[in-house]
Amino acid sequence: MVALAEIEASSLGIREVRKSFPVPDDPLRRWPVLDGISFSLAAGELVSLIGPSGCGKSTLLRLIAGLESSDSGELLIGSEKITQPGAERGLVFQDPNLFPWLTVRRNIQAGLVARGVLREKRHEVDDFMRLVGLETFADAYPHHLSGGMAQRVALARALINHPKVLLLDEPLGALDAFTRMRMQDEVLRLWQGRRTTMLLVTHDIDEAIYMSDRIMIMSPRPGRIERTISVALDRPRQRSSPDFLRLRGDILEFVHFAGNASIENKS
Amino acid sequence: MRPEKHNSRPEISPPKSTTQLPSAPTHPNGDAIQRIERGSELGWRAQSAVPLAALVALAIHLLFSKSAPVVETHSYTLFFYEIVGVSIVLSIAQRFWMRLRSWMRHMCPILTAAILLLGLWDIVTFGFQLLPMPYFPGPAAVLRNLINDRALLLDSTWHSLALLLSGYTVGVLVGLISGICIGWSTPVRYWGMPLLKVVGPIPATAWIPLAMVVSPSTVVSAAGLIALAVWFPVTMLTASGISNTRASYLDVARTLGAGRAYLIFRVAIPAAVPNIFIGLFMGLGASFLTLVVAESVGVKSGLGWYVSWAQGWAEYGKVYAALIIMAAFFSTIMTLLFKIRDRMLVWQKGVIKW
Repeated sequence: MVALAEIEASSLGIREVRKSFPVPDDPLRRWPVLDGISFSLAAGELVSLIGPSGCGKSTLLRLIAGLESSDSGELLIGSEKITQPGAERGLVFQDPNLFPWLTVRRNIQAGLVARGVLREKRHEVDDFMRLVGLETFADAYPHHLSGGMAQRVALARALINHPKVLLLDEPLGALDAFTRMRMQDEVLRLWQGRRTTMLLVTHDIDEAIYMSDRIMIMSPRPGRIERTISVALDRPRQRSSPDFLRLRGDILEFVHFAGNASIENKS
Repeated sequence: MRPEKHNSRPEISPPKSTTQLPSAPTHPNGDAIQRIERGSELGWRAQSAVPLAALVALAIHLLFSKSAPVVETHSYTLFFYEIVGVSIVLSIAQRFWMRLRSWMRHMCPILTAAILLLGLWDIVTFGFQLLPMPYFPGPAAVLRNLINDRALLLDSTWHSLALLLSGYTVGVLVGLISGICIGWSTPVRYWGMPLLKVVGPIPATAWIPLAMVVSPSTVVSAAGLIALAVWFPVTMLTASGISNTRASYLDVARTLGAGRAYLIFRVAIPAAVPNIFIGLFMGLGASFLTLVVAESVGVKSGLGWYVSWAQGWAEYGKVYAALIIMAAFFSTIMTLLFKIRDRMLVWQKGVIKW
């Protein structure tokens, strides 16, 4: 369990969080999705959360974003409790979810409009469009963008609020392999330039090793963090270096084992 | 190694890739063909089809009207001379004006067919009198009525337009408000939806007996009925558009710091606009119907009133003249609505077509 002092010093603190959903056909029973999740993120850290689908990764992210509330436990941002969505926690989904009726520029400035600060901060819009290299697409509508471009707009849209924590829910999951690798570098560049704390949910082990300071491995039903691994590789990381591959092998083995274990537990 | 058939096949692309396609009208090949066609000259046949058709229709008419007084055929024959004249002017102008040329190329067959149909109508009615008179006058008689009675027709059109617009505007405004409330708020939906489902499907014209009694003037009650007819589809489709807003758009907006006003006015309503336009379109159709019925039974002005008044005097030439005006009037308004929609839904370009 994480010590209280550590949580308060950190950017994001999660303590003993539990969440269950009603079973669809049987309203009296509830399905435990998250079972006592505890971890904390230091300011400026990039941490990945990996695990098989259905292990509650996305639910955890939605709890942190404030889109859903936990059954018990505490979620803290700085020293404040998370009770509802807020601009200090940005969220990027696998689907960019750009507003199709707004141009690229208006999508990016949506956060400023929503908070009513467009007038003061309008000058930042151009900075963020340049940051993700889309200044020439300012007046294009989302249906003209490729998947990678759309996701860059989504990143800029989330970052313009200067969030304390950026939550990334498999943001690169729908991209093809090449675009995906390019976008990984793009996200790393944004992270290194701004030192935004990032929590990245992914099912891609390579992506987790390539990008993050730490990797948390979750097991499903109910979702638990089985293991946390620090990635002590120098950046920029080489995807085919022996250390990288060794770590990859370790994680694969562990995930395989954990997966089998959870199946055995269930039966 | 055995070649795997499935491996060589391109993967099923994610839905996003379909929206990545440029919104250009057709595939490159078709576009090229179109460009060549547009650049080339307008053929002799295309240029002469319309004036020739006009001359044929004119000949038909002159053949049958040898015995008829000149007054009755004068405007109709003049009409064809005008077509021939305009065709000649256009075929000269199109040599220097590309856009006119492609418009003429596009319109030539349908205009030719329309003029030939006029000739056919002339043969069936005026020529051999195959249809009972006075219910089916010839085109010359209709045109004569159109011209002679233009003052009253214009006045009727004006009254219809005023009544239609006032009723439609009220109906749309109330429909949008009630649709947004029902679509957004669960309690309003609970209480409002049953009312909407029970009262809405009653055709607005069924309320005519009640409306005529309740309201101080027939014009006001007619406007109210039109508003009612418009209100139902607009409310229904606005509500469904609002309540079907993708939850992820709302989630994204909330993580960007959006409050309720932003969620309603900048997420839910824009997302519902395609649906709202379907409601506006259906409401417009309903409003035409209600307008004409209300005018023919109660209101003492407008095109609906004109039609039933002319029918009362067995002046069927005037009836058809009014119908022609109505067709032009209603289709212009509908075209206007489509133009507004295309303007507002420019972000959907290439996604929808209707």
